[in-house]
Amino acid sequence: MRISRAIAMAKKDWKRIIREPAFLFIIILFPVIITVAFGTSFGAVGGSQPSALSVAVVSLGGNSTASNQFLHAMQATGVVKVGPFVDNKTAQSMLSQGQVQAVILLPSSFDSTVESFKAHPSDPGLWTNSTIQVYLDRASVLSDQVVPTVVEQVLGQGILGIKPATQALPFALSTPSVVKVQGQSVFDSFAPGLFAFASIYMIMIVAQSYTTERDNGMLSRILVTPATSGDVVMGSVVSYLVIGLVQALLVFLCVYALGYHPVAGPTAILVGFYIITVFALCNIGFGLITAAVSRSAGAATGISFVFLMPQLFLGTFVGSALSSTAQEAGRFLPAYYVTDALTSLFTRGASITSASVLTDLAVVSASSVVILIVGVQLFKRFGSR
Amino acid sequence: MQRETNPVAVAIAIEGLTKDYGDIRAVDDLNLTVSEAEVFGLLGPNGSGKTTTINCLTGLLSPTKGSIKVGGFDVRGEVEKAREIMGVSPQETAVCPYLTGRENVQLFGELYSVPKQALRARADNVMEKVGLIDDADRRVSKYSGGMKRRVSIAMALVTDPKIVLLDEPTVGMDPQARREVWDFVVELRDRGKTVLLTTHYMEEAEELCDRVGIIDHGKLIALGSPAELKTKYGARDLEDVFLQLTGRRIREGA
Repeated sequence: MRISRAIAMAKKDWKRIIREPAFLFIIILFPVIITVAFGTSFGAVGGSQPSALSVAVVSLGGNSTASNQFLHAMQATGVVKVGPFVDNKTAQSMLSQGQVQAVILLPSSFDSTVESFKAHPSDPGLWTNSTIQVYLDRASVLSDQVVPTVVEQVLGQGILGIKPATQALPFALSTPSVVKVQGQSVFDSFAPGLFAFASIYMIMIVAQSYTTERDNGMLSRILVTPATSGDVVMGSVVSYLVIGLVQALLVFLCVYALGYHPVAGPTAILVGFYIITVFALCNIGFGLITAAVSRSAGAATGISFVFLMPQLFLGTFVGSALSSTAQEAGRFLPAYYVTDALTSLFTRGASITSASVLTDLAVVSASSVVILIVGVQLFKRFGSR
Repeated sequence: MQRETNPVAVAIAIEGLTKDYGDIRAVDDLNLTVSEAEVFGLLGPNGSGKTTTINCLTGLLSPTKGSIKVGGFDVRGEVEKAREIMGVSPQETAVCPYLTGRENVQLFGELYSVPKQALRARADNVMEKVGLIDDADRRVSKYSGGMKRRVSIAMALVTDPKIVLLDEPTVGMDPQARREVWDFVVELRDRGKTVLLTTHYMEEAEELCDRVGIIDHGKLIALGSPAELKTKYGARDLEDVFLQLTGRRIREGA
């Protein structure tokens, strides 16, 4: 095997990616478009805060001092958008039409409850207890996580001057939650999965590339030169590793521009890029397996989905929204470990030497090498003619 | 079966070549030598075994039996050395449509490890010879069928190989382009190159080939110069010889 021949093959593949619109779209533009679409839809575009949930507040006791104080404290959080008081009927109508994601119903006893607490903060027996109703939009993933927590914090710190987690409150909430918000958007949970998502489509491109060149006789022609099948495969490995790196860089720049700022240092980011690049080997292997069993380039496109779809659904950002059973099934796929490693490194700030990251790295590396070897052998045995 | 010998230096030596695909015998005990600086035409109906023979010559297929030597190198044991002295233009117009004509030619130069400094000049030289120098920087996807055939031939010749295998080199070409390729083949012979070509055009074989071998059902059924064969079979041209030996029934196959 000669590296100069492998590089000649790699240059050919790069030119194909750049010059053939379908390839360029799938490999480079599609990941960028998906990232921008998700980023602008779920991310923090246009400011440092996530797209806020809209909340309507109804004060059954009228425009009182305490209820006004609550309204202003809610507005001051910046986590939710709160307009002026509305009546209950209007609020429920807005909720049913998706104009707000939650309705907070302050009881008529709201002021007296606040006053009783302030008069006897350490004597719950003298409090006038009351219940705040929180109606949530069932179609909003975030509303049940965010709104009750914000209400609880506003009541405690904004109105009563206490930490709600350390002291009892004279209010009961209908749907309390323990999730901390801390300015995160849905996009923050999606972003690590976008790297694997972009790379997975390489399966289709590799399969199409090999089957097309096999069908038009180019592959046979190359194999009757002094170039060996090893040179050809090494050429693909070189070209698609570089393409994988370019994809990762583009996705990284996009997610960063769209508000996802990894908490990782430069070393952890480099390790993340390394994992994504190694994952490209796995996708080249799946592409070769696809080409080996496909009789034409058209068939290769369809068959590539056999490898593409499970990884897409169980191994990328999509997996986090699936059932626990589906999430467990994802553990059999390399993409799952790529997304898990990137989530640990970029979002959770895990150390590169943490057991979780090292395990992910080991699984991705070992499985990618095995899948590549299987792909090369199958293609040499069944796919090259 | 005919066994053919030649005292001149042998470029290609095929002995007892047999190739089976399951129960089908594509090539049956073929014996043939092609001398250096000879243009040899391998003729036969569709599915007669011509392309299988070429694929065995290039090492793309392993023979079931027999041996093949190219430039003295055994294709089974020293295939890489044999390939280094061969240029192959296959039956399919096997080119990369997304590359320019020059890039296709240069790619093959790189696969043969032609030095980078010499590659551009060599690519231009062969593109000039096949009449494509003015279109060298256009993508091959924009070429006509005949132009693709010509760039395919240029790809086979960029390394200035000692032995050139041309599998139906003028299919789809107009008369002018075909004539240009013919001139080029004659020039190759004049420069001492060995050319083995397959063709369905009998006038092409008659015009270019020093000798022809007619192959049918995998067997060599006639061998000699076009003039010898015409005399032997009392035919007015090579097409008559071909039809006398292979019949008039239309064949299907590769």
